[in-house]
Amino acid sequence: MARARGRLSRRTLIKGGLAFGTGLVVGFRLPLTEGLLAEAQGAGVFAPNQWLRIDRDGVVTIINSVPEMGQGSMTTMPMIVADELDADWDRIRVEQAPTNPSLYANPVTGNQSYGGSRGVRDHLGPLRKAGAAARQMLREAAAREWGVPLDEVTTEPGVVVHRATGRRLLYGQLVDRAQTLPVPQNPPLKTKDEFRYIGKARPRIDVPEKVNGRAVYGMDVRLPGMLVASIEKCPVVAGGKVKSFDATAAKGVRGVKHAVQVTSGVAVVADTFWAALQGRKALKVEWDEGPLGRLSSAGIAREHETAAGQPGLVARNDGDTAAALTAGAKTLEAVYQVPYLEHACMEAMNATAHVTADACTVWVPTQNPGGSREVAARLTGLPVDRVTVNTTLLGGGFGRRGQTDYVVDAVETAKAIGGGPVKVMWTREDDLTHGFYRPSTYNVFRAALDGQGKPTAWFTRVAGAGLLRQRGSVPAGQVDGTSMAGLRDLPYDIPNVRIEWVDKDVGVPIGFWRSVGSSQNGFIVESFVDELAHLAGQDPYEYRRALLGKSPRHKAVLELVATKAGWGSPLPAGHGRGIAVCFSYGSYAAHVAEVSVAEDGTVRVTRVVSAIDCGIAVNPDQVKAQMEGGFIYALTATLYGKITVDKGRVEQTNFHTYPMLRIAEAPVVETHILHSGQPPGGLGEPGVPTVAPAVCNAIFAATGKRIRRLPIDREALRRA
Amino acid sequence: MIALTVNGTSRQVDVAPEMPLLWALRETLELTGTKYGCGMALCGACTVHVDGVPTRACVTPVSAVAGKRVTTIEGLSDKTDHPVQRAWMELDVPQCGFCQSGQLMSAAALLAQNKTPTDQDIDQAMAGNICRCGTYQRIRAAIHRAAALARGGA
Repeated sequence: MARARGRLSRRTLIKGGLAFGTGLVVGFRLPLTEGLLAEAQGAGVFAPNQWLRIDRDGVVTIINSVPEMGQGSMTTMPMIVADELDADWDRIRVEQAPTNPSLYANPVTGNQSYGGSRGVRDHLGPLRKAGAAARQMLREAAAREWGVPLDEVTTEPGVVVHRATGRRLLYGQLVDRAQTLPVPQNPPLKTKDEFRYIGKARPRIDVPEKVNGRAVYGMDVRLPGMLVASIEKCPVVAGGKVKSFDATAAKGVRGVKHAVQVTSGVAVVADTFWAALQGRKALKVEWDEGPLGRLSSAGIAREHETAAGQPGLVARNDGDTAAALTAGAKTLEAVYQVPYLEHACMEAMNATAHVTADACTVWVPTQNPGGSREVAARLTGLPVDRVTVNTTLLGGGFGRRGQTDYVVDAVETAKAIGGGPVKVMWTREDDLTHGFYRPSTYNVFRAALDGQGKPTAWFTRVAGAGLLRQRGSVPAGQVDGTSMAGLRDLPYDIPNVRIEWVDKDVGVPIGFWRSVGSSQNGFIVESFVDELAHLAGQDPYEYRRALLGKSPRHKAVLELVATKAGWGSPLPAGHGRGIAVCFSYGSYAAHVAEVSVAEDGTVRVTRVVSAIDCGIAVNPDQVKAQMEGGFIYALTATLYGKITVDKGRVEQTNFHTYPMLRIAEAPVVETHILHSGQPPGGLGEPGVPTVAPAVCNAIFAATGKRIRRLPIDREALRRA
Repeated sequence: MIALTVNGTSRQVDVAPEMPLLWALRETLELTGTKYGCGMALCGACTVHVDGVPTRACVTPVSAVAGKRVTTIEGLSDKTDHPVQRAWMELDVPQCGFCQSGQLMSAAALLAQNKTPTDQDIDQAMAGNICRCGTYQRIRAAIHRAAALARGGA
């Protein structure tokens, strides 16, 4: 425990808005309000912007706006501020930001909502500037105190130093003078070689509390007088409505206090979750199942296949693909299919709400604090400034927690029982059967090669639903970019390329899922280019490399992974090696996987080498952690992931029918970081898209069998 | 009223005897370090020790542990210094961390029985614990490290 981790303020996770109020609310690019400035100054706190404050004891509190869902934001984001501030890491506290988009919205998207691996890449600049401004002001304060020129004054962690005279002032001693100075708008930033924290592995601040049970997730929120609810939802995945319900028996269950109708079903509210579950079992509900009650996976597959036979919207059109396809020396056609996938966050969805006449408070593990606040305001009719949303730790996010359906559940339930507080908890079954699923797609490929095996034409048509299109933010007739990620930006140098998208939405709710479109398209593109290499009779690595002349960052990361993996070196019989490369979320990633395929078709990944160019690696050990975790997440989907529906009901209800990869199947992922010095890229997602194709290409190398549909069908690989 | 010993302290809980131990711990005794993940003993997030044996609290009726010793993550050590906790911190194992209480309890039970577990022993002992963030390789390394720490290694 003596290690320098900084400190996580647990109190604030529970107390939420109450504890966040003092001293920090001075906008970096916003005009100071006199009241807030007075509050900051009066408190004996130096708070030059919304990202940090320093008290007279020298304790530096850094505010992290990016919800901690496992990616290490509570450590990595503060590292950026602390570096430019030249703070002493041992004197740091970290707080989760309150929900206040005017201060804590993502500076690129404008929403206080986090997805798309946007932590470091969207905040590196602003957070550096925030820390640098504070450091500049502390230096200025000391220079005035000593009566020396500013440029003679430097810093060491937590101390301003005048080298010539050996004088030193702790940051805490400069608080009162510093807070009277103007905030510099363009403070000088450190050069790369001056970084103290950025680029060096640093232990995570949140880990001690995650190994002793004290970390507070949404599910762990406890409030005086709080009740707990479980909601009986329509068995159909979405769109069902309560026709009528009989709660007589439910209300007879010990501990059950209420049974109330909410939009998503009937909430049974009790003094414990267990009692609520028993009450829920005793509930009788008649449902209007809605239009999805007849949906089946077989029907969806047929609809997707039919749709893929129709012309689509054109997402990219280089040259004349139709003509080039007929002129090729060799041609290839293939169909690839990917399934719906659920996120399966270890912590099932939940939220806690307390509604009074003039205020609403929500405690929620969410990627979307801003959206949660808006939803609560809409449901209660309160102005947004009367709604407080406290972001707890998240037991997994993966895109699922960008949605706000569970916040709706909690606020509606609280309202229906007179205000609460009430915690609404989903079961694992609720979670898997009422998700927002990674889209399923049906993909047609055609390509032509010239006499040397070089591709002259590439055609892909994707049929499936677009998730922005489904929620109405892309109009009919326009291409939904989320469906085209990793495909429209095909990096290979091919003269004739045509990419089409057929907008086919069967109604299954779809959503962001760790790399989303890139997870589908990374698989299909990197598998198909592998097919072309084999058709050309060329090495799959060299084939890609030769086509990446116009994509130097793809090429560099591909070369790095191939070198580190010993591409081309001999493997034992029955083993194969596969490679893949993809750009997503601002970063370039590549994998080499080695697999063995047993006689019964069991695939075992025996070695994994990954390479990532994320521009700058702020906390390299956490870059590695994301590559390790991204691999497992993607391998789970590759081997097992499939959500199917019958009569509109999701057939996978718990981990026996929606299996997760376990430790015995988990290879060691060896990660190599390519320090390109380019602008920062994302990390949570880029480690995912190249996993399925690297593994499936390795299976082809080992067996000669091409996997064109996920998850991998072990029966198709069986030899005995 | 059901009497049991939790983290060394005698406790009485006034709940339905068939209520799973998980909810008695989390809601009655307010020990929320033990997590709900699946309710069917499929994920291991709720793992506690009952008389030293790793047990899935989500499917264990509280009546079944009457008179027994239950240890939860909160009781694994007083100062977060059990060898598995030290190793987990040293290697920065957790990501979201939600499954880690269960992982640590399974690992601690393994090391109590086996001072020098092999990879195969680890596969077997940890087979019931899912980590959705994919921290398995660090879990494996941390168990080996914890074994070394427990043997007095630095």
